[in-house]
Amino acid sequence: MDELKLYTYIAVFGSFALYFAIAWWARAASTSEFYVAGGGVTPLQNGMAIGADWMSAASFISMAGIIAFLGYEGSVYLMGWTGGYVLLAMLLAPYMRKHGKFTVPEFISDRYYSKTARVVAVICLILASLTYIIGQMKGVGVAFSRFLEVDYAVGLGFGMTVVWFYAVLGGMKGITYTQIAQYCVLIFAYTIPAIFISIQLTGNPIPQLGLGSTLADGSGVYLLDKLDQVVTELGFNEYTTSNMNGSLDMFAFALSLMIGTAGLPHVIMRFFTVPSAKAARSSAGYALIFIALLYTVAPAVAAMARLNLMNTIEPAAGQNMEYSERPQWVKDWEKTGLLQFSDKNGDGKVQYSAHEDTNELVKVDRDIIVLANPAIANLPNWVIALVAAGGLAAALSTAAGLLLAISSSISHDLMKGVLTPNLSEKNELLAGRIVMTLAILISGYLGLNPPGFAAGTVALAFGLAASSIFPALMMGIFSTKMSGKAAIAGMCSGVGVTILYVFQHKGIMFIPGTSFLGGLQPNWFFGISPNGFGAVGALVNFVVAFTVLKFSDPAPKYVQDMVENMRTPGGSGAISNH
Amino acid sequence: MKKKTTYWRENLRLIMICLIIWFVVSFGFGLILVEPLNEFRIGGYKLGFWFAQQGSIYVFVGLVFWYGYQITKLDSKYGASEQS
Repeated sequence: MDELKLYTYIAVFGSFALYFAIAWWARAASTSEFYVAGGGVTPLQNGMAIGADWMSAASFISMAGIIAFLGYEGSVYLMGWTGGYVLLAMLLAPYMRKHGKFTVPEFISDRYYSKTARVVAVICLILASLTYIIGQMKGVGVAFSRFLEVDYAVGLGFGMTVVWFYAVLGGMKGITYTQIAQYCVLIFAYTIPAIFISIQLTGNPIPQLGLGSTLADGSGVYLLDKLDQVVTELGFNEYTTSNMNGSLDMFAFALSLMIGTAGLPHVIMRFFTVPSAKAARSSAGYALIFIALLYTVAPAVAAMARLNLMNTIEPAAGQNMEYSERPQWVKDWEKTGLLQFSDKNGDGKVQYSAHEDTNELVKVDRDIIVLANPAIANLPNWVIALVAAGGLAAALSTAAGLLLAISSSISHDLMKGVLTPNLSEKNELLAGRIVMTLAILISGYLGLNPPGFAAGTVALAFGLAASSIFPALMMGIFSTKMSGKAAIAGMCSGVGVTILYVFQHKGIMFIPGTSFLGGLQPNWFFGISPNGFGAVGALVNFVVAFTVLKFSDPAPKYVQDMVENMRTPGGSGAISNH
Repeated sequence: MKKKTTYWRENLRLIMICLIIWFVVSFGFGLILVEPLNEFRIGGYKLGFWFAQQGSIYVFVGLVFWYGYQITKLDSKYGASEQS
């Protein structure tokens, strides 16, 4: 076994052993521990756990790669996925914690005094969470197959077993403490290669500053200016200003990501684990610091990786890389099919260009950027091994949070809340564990056989959360009079409009050929891409809800009193079962 | 009851201030005004680009903590704080 493989095994299995140990130590004995970790998590701990819960395989593996190829336009992910926490901290988290229930659908059911509202919320939650989890499962399988060279299915099965062990055994309690460990693993794995690369390129060890520094080659040229120059010479758009779909689309997309983030149930649930409304506010602050650590490093990783890639292919102007002398990492990634060359002009050298007929780097998968980054920069093997463990930590921690959101919405909201209210606590706990096991099997199956529409549905997950859950929660807190009827009408029309728009441009259920307007930009509503339509859906939700409210009865007095009570943080008390 | 309403009104005012800043740094500086701001630079960063990829995030963090600090002050002013 070579050195890299040995290190990778040590990093991956060492971190797994840690998660197992934590799971055994933090077993859940009651529904309160299973759903909200007993409500005794400190804000600092919760902030870290939210960081790991939130930062998924997409943040860890894909985001920097997307930014590397989009440039400025990729900023929507950075602003969108952090800005949502401002909304959470001010508009939702403290009030929902004060109300003191286990799940998001339960909050909606109380506030809108309606079992229908609860069921609608459960459906939105499951749709959004299942879509999300497919991506995590794929991330687990990919990390295993690329780094440990085991079969994709075996890797996936192993990942499922690990999650099953600590999520089913420990519930929210086990998940919380493993997520804290996973946050530490993933942030080290992300920042250490970035620090090395920043020093190599600019001499500055802080990537956030390195990105704004001059290159260390003595030329005195700023890194970003150099990158702009290199990419424009090859015919690409300038890195720091590139914007293909226009400002309005970026605006809508960023807003959708922000309110979608604030409306994702697996994130909101984490705020129920702290002892008070005040602690919910401060956990949002800590969470944002921990998330910002990765999100401000990501653009540095993106730009530096893009520059390194360009320099590998064309070390000096006109002196392109000989294909036969390509470095080892290129050969490794060619084997996976994610990197492909084609010597179109037959000169034995590689030309990279924005023009399709002369470009010889015919395929470069965006996910390569983070995963191959340490190898591109010639970093030591233990750094590469760390990245593998970090990617797995990011995928597993998010998967566990999503699994808990799904299983609690079924065992607590559908079974205990609607179908069998007489369920004893012990049986509810058992039901929660069985449902979670089933959810792991289903998501594992979906990860193994990803439905054709898996990629397209990530937009739908954010769209759903943005257009249904966020407006319903916000109106429930900021309008005392908002009635159940109006809120349900709002949720249904918001989701309806969003799904219709996504389907009409991407195909009904994403089946190719059924999109009656085509995916083309000229047909977009005000130039807004389907990804950004969640913001419009949310607007429709608000407008419909307030219109219906105007022409029907407001919420009953006792509900209005409940909302008044939610608004003052005093006496949050323990989270109760009823 | 009256105390409760003033508390809520002051809270809403705080939230409005925060959300205006939230909007200005991200959608304002990072998006709408990005081109004029790009005329200015901090180090190697064009200013608009810096707001879009770095600055807005730092401001978000600051905002959440500033709001937390201010609302805690409000809590004790109106006696709404936890168990104290």
